[in-house]
Amino acid sequence: MGHILIQDVCKSYKNRRLERRGPHDLYQPNEMMHVLDHISLEFLEGEMVCLLGPSGCGKSTLLRIIAGFDTPASGEVTIDGEKVRGPSPHHIFVFQHSGLLPWMTVWQNVELGVRNVGDVRARGEIIQENIDMVDLTGFEQHYPYQLSGGMQRRAELARALAANPDVLIMDEPFNGLDFLSHMKIREEIVNMHELLRKTTLVVTHDIDDALLMGDRVVVMSGRPAQVTLNRQLDFPHPRDPKKNTVLGDARDELFLMLGVSYAI
Amino acid sequence: MNRPLAHYCHLMISERMPKLMIWCYDNRRTVLPFITLAVMLLIWELTARYSGWSPHVFPSPSKVVYSMGELIANGALLRHSIASLFRVTVGFYLAVIFAIPLGIFLGRMEIFNLMLNPLIQFLRPISPLAWIPLAVLWFGIGDKPAVFLIFLSCFFPSCGGHGDSGSCHLIRFFFQVAANFKFNHWETITKIILPAIMPNVLTALRLTMGIGWLVVVAAEMLAVRSGLGYLILDSRNALRMDYVMVGMMMIGLLGIVLDELMRRLVHLHPSLQRPY
Repeated sequence: MGHILIQDVCKSYKNRRLERRGPHDLYQPNEMMHVLDHISLEFLEGEMVCLLGPSGCGKSTLLRIIAGFDTPASGEVTIDGEKVRGPSPHHIFVFQHSGLLPWMTVWQNVELGVRNVGDVRARGEIIQENIDMVDLTGFEQHYPYQLSGGMQRRAELARALAANPDVLIMDEPFNGLDFLSHMKIREEIVNMHELLRKTTLVVTHDIDDALLMGDRVVVMSGRPAQVTLNRQLDFPHPRDPKKNTVLGDARDELFLMLGVSYAI
Repeated sequence: MNRPLAHYCHLMISERMPKLMIWCYDNRRTVLPFITLAVMLLIWELTARYSGWSPHVFPSPSKVVYSMGELIANGALLRHSIASLFRVTVGFYLAVIFAIPLGIFLGRMEIFNLMLNPLIQFLRPISPLAWIPLAVLWFGIGDKPAVFLIFLSCFFPSCGGHGDSGSCHLIRFFFQVAANFKFNHWETITKIILPAIMPNVLTALRLTMGIGWLVVVAAEMLAVRSGLGYLILDSRNALRMDYVMVGMMMIGLLGIVLDELMRRLVHLHPSLQRPY
């Protein structure tokens, strides 16, 4: 489960600003701004896919289309042969900043994921299991504002996993986290993926994240976004680009593609 | 380095100081307002005694407290306070019952918002007091016109406050979460919209209650024979400025109590205390 096929997806928005600022502004009011330009991709079942690209290039838009929050102008996205027609618990979106509902406790938030489970006991077990898995045992009755940023992110991960989705969609899951939380949650996501083998899409702007996590790295160019690289990374976890020279070469190549000639 | 003195206050408190001072420092939230109160009363009393104004024009606080005792003893103060509280409560509840669902509805339905919002914005700045002639004409005498005025004054602040919040940026991603987990319409209202706007609603209710309490006094100056507003008007006609001041003080005191009650609504549920 979780085979994603993206066929020829285009997306454009109408420019919103009403006027040009000065004579040298290249901006055209009311012009269509093309965000996605004939994107075709295929993600296999159980793959961890990292989407890289310069900021504002349309990675998030693509993700939102896959999640069903947005509709493509042309082309279509199918998951397991079924066209995406809207948001659904089969493909859960993990938000850039905490997507927890602030008026619900961690328990109640994770409970959202198991709404289709009828039996109360079974539901409680799934919730507890997922909270334990992300290491939030003891914080079930806390509200999101009482948790640190990293813990909020983990609670949201627990909520997403409790829904047992075919596809997990993460929009910059490490945004706004401190260095250590970043590392820990990255590790947790990798372990979770090793364990559950769910198709996971991660948008990131951190090349190292992509290299350390991804089974496949997709690089997109600036607006309108086109796929410039779609490469499988067949290395076992844990990975270290400093020790694995092939991975290190891939890293240099990625940095070059994104316009950085000398990266440490 | 130029820190205000308050930063060093805790350093100045030491074991060697008198017990009373330490007690005062520990309870400064209660003590300091009472100091202000005492100073104000003292100034008032001295002005009343030595300014040469007649006590009928400018009664001293001791006279006002004595008159208050009179009004409490004959039950008039209690009767008038209850009458005012009753009117404010009825008008406030009526307004809230209609305004909050309307606010949510307008927030959700852009078409109706675009249609009705200009009307609301047009009616909102019209002071409820301007409605007094119509209110009396339409509702006759008694509680009805007063309740109507309070209803009007409470309606607009409690429906406008979150009328836009349904479509605001903050809430949009809550709706996406709801869609992701397949909430139906009813669940979206009860589990997303209501809790999301609750902190705003509580603030709006608190403001609304304050406005209603302001308007009740004016509303009671017409066509009714009870309430604190009536007490003030009636006492003026009898040239009893001490009773007028008793009425004013009672309005102030009950106003504080009402505001404090509204403020404490936040403690009803722990999720309401979330910082925003």
